[in-house]
Amino acid sequence: MYQYDKYDQGMVDARVEEFRDQVRRRIAGDINDDQFKPLRLKNGLYLQLHAYMLRVAIPYGTFNSVQMRKLADIARKYDRGYGHFTTRQNIQYNWIKLEEAPDILAELATVEMHAIQTSGESIRNISADQYAGAAADEICDPRPWAELIRQATTFHPEFSYLPRKFKIAVISAPEDRAALRWHDCALRIVRNGKGEEGFEVYAGGGMGRTPFIAYKIRDFLPAQQIFSYLQAILRVWNLHARRDNIHKQRMKILVHELGEEEFRRQVEEEFQTFLALATDFPQAEYDRIAAYFTPPPFETGLGDEIDRSDPDFALWVDRQVVAHKVPGYAIANISLKPIGGIPGDISAEQMDIVADLAERYSFDEIRATHAQNLVLPHVRKADLYAVWQALDAAGLASVNLDLVTDIIACPGLDYCSLANARSIPLAQKISERFANMERQLDIGELKIKISGCINACGHHHAGQIGILGVDRKGTENYQLLLGGSGAEDTSQAKITGPGFDEAGIVDAVERTVERYRELREPGERFLDTYRRVGLDPFKEAIYG
Amino acid sequence: MRILTGNDLKSGAVIWWTGHDWSLHVEDAVDVGEHGEAVLAAEDGARRVNGGYIVDAEATPEGPRPAHIKDRIRALGPTVRPDLTLKPADPTAGDWVI
Amino acid sequence: MADFRYRDDQPHEEPAVTLDAFLEQPDATAVRLEAGEDARRLIPFLDRLQLIEISFPRFRDGRGFSSARILREAGYKGELRAEGDVLIDLLFFMRRCGFDSFVSQHSLNPADVEAALNRYSHVYQNATDEAVPIWKLRHG
Repeated sequence: MYQYDKYDQGMVDARVEEFRDQVRRRIAGDINDDQFKPLRLKNGLYLQLHAYMLRVAIPYGTFNSVQMRKLADIARKYDRGYGHFTTRQNIQYNWIKLEEAPDILAELATVEMHAIQTSGESIRNISADQYAGAAADEICDPRPWAELIRQATTFHPEFSYLPRKFKIAVISAPEDRAALRWHDCALRIVRNGKGEEGFEVYAGGGMGRTPFIAYKIRDFLPAQQIFSYLQAILRVWNLHARRDNIHKQRMKILVHELGEEEFRRQVEEEFQTFLALATDFPQAEYDRIAAYFTPPPFETGLGDEIDRSDPDFALWVDRQVVAHKVPGYAIANISLKPIGGIPGDISAEQMDIVADLAERYSFDEIRATHAQNLVLPHVRKADLYAVWQALDAAGLASVNLDLVTDIIACPGLDYCSLANARSIPLAQKISERFANMERQLDIGELKIKISGCINACGHHHAGQIGILGVDRKGTENYQLLLGGSGAEDTSQAKITGPGFDEAGIVDAVERTVERYRELREPGERFLDTYRRVGLDPFKEAIYG
Repeated sequence: MRILTGNDLKSGAVIWWTGHDWSLHVEDAVDVGEHGEAVLAAEDGARRVNGGYIVDAEATPEGPRPAHIKDRIRALGPTVRPDLTLKPADPTAGDWVI
Repeated sequence: MADFRYRDDQPHEEPAVTLDAFLEQPDATAVRLEAGEDARRLIPFLDRLQLIEISFPRFRDGRGFSSARILREAGYKGELRAEGDVLIDLLFFMRRCGFDSFVSQHSLNPADVEAALNRYSHVYQNATDEAVPIWKLRHG
């Protein structure tokens, strides 16, 4: 994976000192909270319900054992012994003190980590396929491009005071594991007829209160021109977005208002301007970055057989293990969704165990997924049993990848100052309701996504079953949505009808699932059945 | 009754106005009547509170109970982590929130 | 008078006229662009302009960064001034986008200004300043 050189290190070190100075000026009263807020947000520091919250970037979801151990140390030393993996492949801490935040950033910098642009109206952490470099179906590793874009968009002078946040994702496989088209700008690496690498570019997606699925703005962009093209998109948006209403300043709104054709025309025109400025990074720099992502020294001649004599292990293998591009290796998914647990939460002790496993069995690599799980990307099949035993002992061997209990949930009203309703208790109750393994396997793929407010951090618009918490006259109320997808068959979920209280929504989810089991044809996932029969049969089951 | 809350600037901790200072415990909060804005302006200016605001609350024998669930969660702590609330030893503390 | 000015030539203190006024009678040498006004409309007149003032009505409104770069990229050599809700932590980015003078509605501490402008010894990307991007340093 990528390693900082003196320049990268110098940037994060300077950032720490800059933030230390900003905190000093805030505590001294030189700047007020209105002025300080954007500065702390650009360093991932929020003020939440109970304390400050710090969001640490995990660029394109890739990190190593040293970094994971540092995350564990920070959890113990500055927080309350745990962290929370987010839907943008980042990790956040819930109990941070402002006066300690600069020290935490300084500790992160010692392991080549930071919190730069993890919040605020900035170009956010670049997300990517969590199986990058390991997936059997990818055409290349997308991370060198993600890293190049990370550098190009870090402290960009023209685009550091954007109208709103701006999210970029990069993948290179036909299967979309990164919720690509729900991003402001989404890049899929493809090859043209001449075998050259380039990007299929999508723009104008996003969740929030006004969801849009990104549309394809370019079939093929020569890879070397990506920075020019991104700057063109950003400039069109920066110049023309509304600035009078925070809820209408995301790029998706501008794209929608201008129309796809006009937006594309303006971007292409601005693109010519940027091309002439020659700001694109040269091939040599791409090559330098890509060298850090050469495949690890995989052994050859390994067998593919797995000893399945332990039935619990076999169950885990069948669900959590995914095909690797190299024979004899596998991708192991670590669920952070135990039954009744808090989605994405992980204790410092568990972090240390995952770090040990990565170091010993996965060429020192760990991945975070947008579904709030972790991945050991390069495990020898012969080692899977040892990995599973260690995970099982640490409470990390839940079997539920993409099943009904693998629920995405935002922190909700238990932690978040923006939330209208709690998300986590719902996730806990739904997972308890469907705890039975046979039942889960019978239901098959079913992605439930819960947000505690319309900002949609819990991706409810992309939920096969989505749940949105709202505030109805001071009490928590939950709307049910069906039919969303964040995969390659992207779609936006639709609201079924009137909302429910907490007990009612869990029952409504169960009635939805039972109706699916009645209606499904052989081989159909929930989403397939929903698309075939439509909303009505489900409404009937839900509302009677 | 109307009480005042906000977060401590340096620690981020939830705090409640006691009439002369800030407390971590909502039980210590006092009714500010019509003086809320004035107190907040002075305290914010002195950076003794961050993001302060006025909360409607009900006076109960156990002390003020904020009208909105969000402020009750702020007063106690996350309902999903009773061990991290202000009353980790009280298994029924969460009932006060709901 | 600019609060902070990073040019060697004599300050040009003719009052700036609005963009509309300038376009009607383009003999002024100083123009003020409001946020949201199209900087490209000034491109035909850049040779004769000595001062362009770009307004930042709220520090969060970053349109002026693009306007500044557009003017510099089109060859404007005169003074480019950021005016309004100009805060210390914007200055580094403003300099990189081509601003070379600042008039802030706040009183900025000169030591803090100096520190903010010199905090980063390197930059990742080209802009309109002379800074050499890191990728270029890496490859000699």
